[in-house]
Amino acid sequence: MRKVLIANRGEIACRAIRGCKALGLGTVAVYSEADKDALHVALADEAHPVGPAPAKQSYLVIDNLIGAARTSGADAVHPGYGFLSENADFAKAVIAAGLRWIGPDPDSIDDMGDKERARLLARSAGIPILPGSARFHMGALEGLDAAAGEVGFPLLVKAAAGGGGIGMRRVDQLPELAKVVEATQSLAEKSFGDGTIYLERLVERARHVEIQVFGFGDGRAVHMFERECSIQRRFQKIVEESPAPHLPATTRARMAEAAVALCRQERYRGAGTVEFVVDSDSGAFYFLEMNTRIQVEHPVTEMNTGLDLVALQIRLARGDDLGELAQDRIRAEGHAIEARIYAENPARNFLPSPGLLKQFRLPDAAPSLRIDTGARQGDQITFHYDPMIAKVIAHGRDRDQAIDRLLAALAEVRVEGVATNVPFLARVLSHPAFRAGDVFTGFVARHQTELMRGLV
Amino acid sequence: MAENIETMVPGNVWKVLVKPGDKVKAGDVLFILEVMKTEVPHAAGADGTVKAVHIKEGQEGIDAGLLAVEIE
Repeated sequence: MRKVLIANRGEIACRAIRGCKALGLGTVAVYSEADKDALHVALADEAHPVGPAPAKQSYLVIDNLIGAARTSGADAVHPGYGFLSENADFAKAVIAAGLRWIGPDPDSIDDMGDKERARLLARSAGIPILPGSARFHMGALEGLDAAAGEVGFPLLVKAAAGGGGIGMRRVDQLPELAKVVEATQSLAEKSFGDGTIYLERLVERARHVEIQVFGFGDGRAVHMFERECSIQRRFQKIVEESPAPHLPATTRARMAEAAVALCRQERYRGAGTVEFVVDSDSGAFYFLEMNTRIQVEHPVTEMNTGLDLVALQIRLARGDDLGELAQDRIRAEGHAIEARIYAENPARNFLPSPGLLKQFRLPDAAPSLRIDTGARQGDQITFHYDPMIAKVIAHGRDRDQAIDRLLAALAEVRVEGVATNVPFLARVLSHPAFRAGDVFTGFVARHQTELMRGLV
Repeated sequence: MAENIETMVPGNVWKVLVKPGDKVKAGDVLFILEVMKTEVPHAAGADGTVKAVHIKEGQEGIDAGLLAVEIE
């Protein structure tokens, strides 16, 4: 492996380019017309255009990316996250073109991409899964009541084609069920063109905790502990940290073992994340899904383990001996916490805020502070791509120190030209319930009033 | 009462949920833009009847401040 094409943009493209350079590898960036002056283009040794601004015509076009790899003479591809990173056809196309794919086997991407199959695989690896029903197509509701009885109340009616919380409705008792199912089906039909729904047990005070895993592709796998990702707004993570506050050591260990068991069974290759729902009342955990790529919040794990996950991905793909990566040698120290800075306006109901970054100043990186961004002052933040413009990650000897450092770093952020969620992030991090570690996925909704006071 | 609904932000038109002649109530979502991979619903401010719709589903790269729906 000599030259790596990074099939992505923004901060993760910059992160991967730097990772390749640190290993002495050449780097190839790709860019849409909107990104020709972007930081990732400037950082790479060379850059190739892949199409117009809309991702569907550029970053998501497999042929254009393979074409750029051919033209540049790249011999490997790093997909980053998002875009084609979990697209098995892309992985296959890369491999078929004779290039190294810096990611898991296409079969693993397929297995985990199909949520139903992923659940079955998790179950066969001995991982608890949330009780759920078969699918009910539009107008075909025979057996619905019995299925609800098996799932148990309260439950969620979920649109099969839905995502990001759209088409999800809560039902507390049987008499409400039929009406809610019909309403959800009709909404799903209208929104997604598919009215299929299924039922799933609702966890009242759910936490979202995930395990970072790394598989060697031969049935061996290790974990790098957990990340707590419960602080979300509209199902979008905004703050992630590790260790997860107040998570009992036995739960943490059992979740890590479960995640590793799934990777072993799958003969998983490379970095991945196994996501769980944790019931904060009972302590029970359930498999949610597995992400077969590097995760946005991977720096949290890197900050407290000292590992370089992107370097490990690349080295595994190029066939290095990773003998040093033994479970008993992976240690986490202190506490790490990340905040995602989004171009959105808290004062206008978090309306996305594309525009010109007239001013963009972030604090300097330090041993206890990491800044990952793909944007620079003077950049146009377009509506075509996701709104994340930077990640700020702080480390401390304990949770309080890490939070204090993150708050101090956020206080130094200066952005003009686009609105950001920085004031909102500061509110979250300063909230007494957050400081107490009382986190769950409903945190933002529960504390809405205090979090928004003075921001509107 | 006549009302002009303008786009709040630049983006793509993901869904148009009304057509001329439709009766709408205050708060009803008229159309949804896709901006930075986020859905941005635009709702009616008052009850009325849709007089004209100036955007189309799938339309890409429309500006902020564009007259999208007229209600009377």
